[in-house]
Amino acid sequence: MSKAALYLAGFLALSTLPALAVQPDELLPDPQMEARARTIGKELRCPVCQNQSIDDSDADLARDLRLLVRKRLVAGDSDAQAKQYIVDRYGDYVLLDPPFKTVTLVLWLGPAALFLAALAAGWSFIRRRKEGAAAQPAPAALSEDEKRRVAALFAGDDQGDKA
Amino acid sequence: MRPTAFLPVLIFLVLAGFFGYRLVMIGNGDSPSAIPSVMIDKPAPQFDLPPLYDGKAGLATAGLQGQVTLVNFFASWCIPCRAEHPLLSGLTGKGFVLVGVNYKDKPEDAKAWLDRLGNPYDVLVADRQGQTGIDFGVYGVPESYLIDKQGRIRFKQTGPFTPETIEKDLLPWVAELNK
Repeated sequence: MSKAALYLAGFLALSTLPALAVQPDELLPDPQMEARARTIGKELRCPVCQNQSIDDSDADLARDLRLLVRKRLVAGDSDAQAKQYIVDRYGDYVLLDPPFKTVTLVLWLGPAALFLAALAAGWSFIRRRKEGAAAQPAPAALSEDEKRRVAALFAGDDQGDKA
Repeated sequence: MRPTAFLPVLIFLVLAGFFGYRLVMIGNGDSPSAIPSVMIDKPAPQFDLPPLYDGKAGLATAGLQGQVTLVNFFASWCIPCRAEHPLLSGLTGKGFVLVGVNYKDKPEDAKAWLDRLGNPYDVLVADRQGQTGIDFGVYGVPESYLIDKQGRIRFKQTGPFTPETIEKDLLPWVAELNK
């Protein structure tokens, strides 16, 4: 392998870091505030792509929302206030970690309820099978003929079958 | 047969019914990616937008009072807007003021687009930064907001209007708000 190919392989291996969509021109001069903006950005869903946070999304609107979050922080908003500002406009839907309330009950409790239902179904199935096995009448004793065939088999005598 | 023997069939029927219902709803235009708007029944957000054409009137929130208004966010770069445009032209004189908000567009592009296709709007303003769009909760143009005489948002159309949604949703709402 030539040296150039090695360098290329190394470069490719290093370039697979997750690419954030946050552009250099969006960054706040204050690193602490920028860090807060990053935390908020990771918790907000981009309404356009819907499965990416606004920090991950290249959509135009995601960029606008990132800039807006930064503008709110610069204006003196707390993290919660900046997030609420977006939620007021786009609803709980933009929260990647949706709040626990009546309309999200199914979302939060549904999986646990399904798991419990499956557990109960499995338990009752196993119990019923065990009960069924216990309730079976004891097998009847072997007949004379069967006893003779068993004895013949143990003796290694194939003739037992033909008798 | 024990009654529980029918449980799998029952579960299948419930699931099939649910999937079938969603398919029918999607067929009727209920997109699963549409986000329910939180702005319904709330007052329209504060805005003060300049006109797209110099010398014409701009529009601020207070200008929504006193008549039914349809605020349509559109852009010349938006392909569904192109599809919606002829339908909007057919909406003059239907009992509401049609406001066009040119969303994140270059004014010269928007003007060229309107020169070519015609201008269906009674009032035409520009939201170049998209801030007013965000305040309304716009996440993709075209989006339209029907606002009552008190300045409250009552109905939202996400995505382009179709002849069906105009007949089924928009015009009944307009009639209701004009009562």
